Amino acid sequence: MKKCLCAALVLSMTLALAGCAGGQADTTTEAETTEESAAVETEETAAEETAEEAAPAEVMTHEEYMAAEIDSQVTVESYVQATQSWWEDEGQGKITVYAQSEDGAYFFYELACTEEDAAKLVPGTKIRVTGYKAEWSGEVEVMDGTFEFVEDGEEFIAEPVDVTEMLGTDELINHQNEFVSFTGMTVEPAQEGSDAAFLYSYDGSGTDGDDLYFNASYNGQTYTFTIESYLCDNTTDVYSAVKELQVGDVIDMQGYLYWYEGVNPHITYVGPTA
Amino acid sequence: MKRHGKKLAAAALGVLCLILLSGCHGSKEQAAFTVPEESDTSRQYELTFWAKNDTNINQTEIYKQAIADFQELYPNITVNLRLYTNYGDIYNDVITNISTGTTPNVCITYPDHIATYMTGDNVVVPLDELFTDEKYGLAGSEVLFDSPSQNEIVPEFLEECYMAGHYYAVPYMRSTEACYINKDYVEALGYTIPDILTWEFIWEVSEAAAEKNADGTFKLNGGEVLLPFIYKSTDNMMIQMLQQLGAGYSTEKGDIQIFNDTTEEILYTVAAHTKSGAFSTFSISGYPANFLNAGQCVFAIDSTAGATWMGSDAPLVDIAEVSLADFETEVRPVPQFDPEHPQMISQGPSVCVFNKEDPQEVLASWLFTQYLLTNEVQIAYAQTEGYVPVTLKAQNSEEYQDYLSREGEDDNTYYDVKIKASKLLLDHMDDTFTTPVFNGSVSLRNAAGQLIEEVTKSTRRKETVDDAYMGNLYAEIQALYHLNEFGGPSEGKVDLGPLPGTAKILLAALTFAWVCILLYLAVSVQKSKKKEKRNI
Repeated sequence: MKKCLCAALVLSMTLALAGCAGGQADTTTEAETTEESAAVETEETAAEETAEEAAPAEVMTHEEYMAAEIDSQVTVESYVQATQSWWEDEGQGKITVYAQSEDGAYFFYELACTEEDAAKLVPGTKIRVTGYKAEWSGEVEVMDGTFEFVEDGEEFIAEPVDVTEMLGTDELINHQNEFVSFTGMTVEPAQEGSDAAFLYSYDGSGTDGDDLYFNASYNGQTYTFTIESYLCDNTTDVYSAVKELQVGDVIDMQGYLYWYEGVNPHITYVGPTA
Repeated sequence: MKRHGKKLAAAALGVLCLILLSGCHGSKEQAAFTVPEESDTSRQYELTFWAKNDTNINQTEIYKQAIADFQELYPNITVNLRLYTNYGDIYNDVITNISTGTTPNVCITYPDHIATYMTGDNVVVPLDELFTDEKYGLAGSEVLFDSPSQNEIVPEFLEECYMAGHYYAVPYMRSTEACYINKDYVEALGYTIPDILTWEFIWEVSEAAAEKNADGTFKLNGGEVLLPFIYKSTDNMMIQMLQQLGAGYSTEKGDIQIFNDTTEEILYTVAAHTKSGAFSTFSISGYPANFLNAGQCVFAIDSTAGATWMGSDAPLVDIAEVSLADFETEVRPVPQFDPEHPQMISQGPSVCVFNKEDPQEVLASWLFTQYLLTNEVQIAYAQTEGYVPVTLKAQNSEEYQDYLSREGEDDNTYYDVKIKASKLLLDHMDDTFTTPVFNGSVSLRNAAGQLIEEVTKSTRRKETVDDAYMGNLYAEIQALYHLNEFGGPSEGKVDLGPLPGTAKILLAALTFAWVCILLYLAVSVQKSKKKEKRNI
């Protein structure tokens, strides 16, 4: 009896093992089949991708970019002028870039970017960006963009365009995102009835490290300027310079002509007027 | 203004890694907190309090006043305030500081975030014993101010702070979302605003508003820009729609259920109304308040805590005065699928206490936390926005009731839109809900919003939104937010198809083997019994 039982157990285990082995064999076959079909698909996809790669999107001029519809895909080449701080969102690196070419400027909002590449985005670096043209609160930008470095040896650092006389005119928006300067402007109180020349955050609700807001006037009109902390944090000279401003100071400024519900320059330099 | 809401939370996975790695690399494990018998007032304590304000100077002033008043009562405790303008930054900084052992003492935060903080051992102090401590607990005998008892905290709000069997926070303020409506536009289109909006109504009116003249301008406002319906927090949009439809989002344990057919239907609806120009989002277009106030929007959905930005007479405005449109603003709960049984999200900041080596320091932190629940702080802060105090003591106070009764007396403290927003939540406290809190719930929330954002963007970019698109979208979002790493893959039971033949053989063989074993045992028992009988 014991022998019979032992034999039955051995048989069942053998069958079980055979089942396992068979399963593996079948699985392998299926896997191979799947792999084969996947390989076909992959080859096809790769071929398609190669075809796509062979015909990269045509690089637009700035004029063509400006004429493109909002939400359309765009590809442009330009030169990095400045970047906001790199950060990571759900494991995806992102960086916002102020870029400018001889024919115009761009704002690349949160380009996909590794930390390693972010370090290479120094002023003057030429990049090719593909993304979608968007408008956010008046700011025309490229969002959801990717980029590659264009290594043709060319560099470009924009000289600031003095737009002081254009303040308050319709002409100003034509220089959106450009590196610009403001000269001979007078620092005004940051808030009505206050002696303070600047505010942490737009209403003073912030603290050191937050964006700085300050007002300056020209020809009797007052305009608001911002130290965007992601661009120039509280360790930068310009952040310190703004904290030292006094109402009545006459200053020159440089920065990028960002837009938020109207002109909202992101200032990178403040100094006594020349 | 800063583009809040865009540069927010860092990777939840990275966050988790930081905490776990800090655990692996010999960071000193903190002992669990026990309530000291006495507060040692002979020593000085310096606390750090990380707080969030809605870019609202009044809120900053209230925090400062609360600290000053508290320090007057407890001269041996100094509270250093650090202000943030979004929860994401607080979350990131707390995570970084957990790994270095330099967390703040007290922190304004979301329960979702606390669930991640709790991944570390004894990082966040469970408050149960502190609540009930006779001397220093809620309304305790040795507390030097008029603190609320536990029963005087709105139970629904307190319940939101209960996780893993303990209270890990106290609610600080509560809000929900509201639909801010340009009443003039709705009426111009021939509609009357119902007490409870339905999704059907919102979409119908938005479609009507999206109609254009031959020259491309909008019939409704004659301008080139009109976003009939704009939503600020698309994560809330998805969460509330799923809740209202009784569809899956996640289980209490953290199984992910969001990738279901109902979600897909919602996304197709969003795509259809995006295509017609009836719908957009904050991330894509800008702040809803700016469009509403410029007469470029009919329905703007945002937090009740954003009410001071809404309307022609809003005390806080981000657009040029010349761009402000003149219209009447109505405030309603978010749209519903079943207006008889409205459901809306409960949100708003809570306060947690971080553990420290010195229990006396933790006790000092708790006393300050408790001070934030006093009527002085609760009523003052609630008045800064469309918030609601979290204690019944404050809600029922004469001072707060007087505030509510003065709706519309001015366009500042008694701004009608703001008070209407607060009343909206007070009238619908029983209709609020929250989503389950677990490690990973922050990522799930982000994913919920991203589904809507992606479909909206793709539609605007004239991409095809079909079944194949949805399949890819689900896979991409699942991978991007690491949702498989936190919980189950989908709603309900997953049909994996029939068992393979080999598996059936294996199971049969195993069954046969067990039958044989049992038979053998049965036969053995019988034999031994016979032997025993013979021996007798």
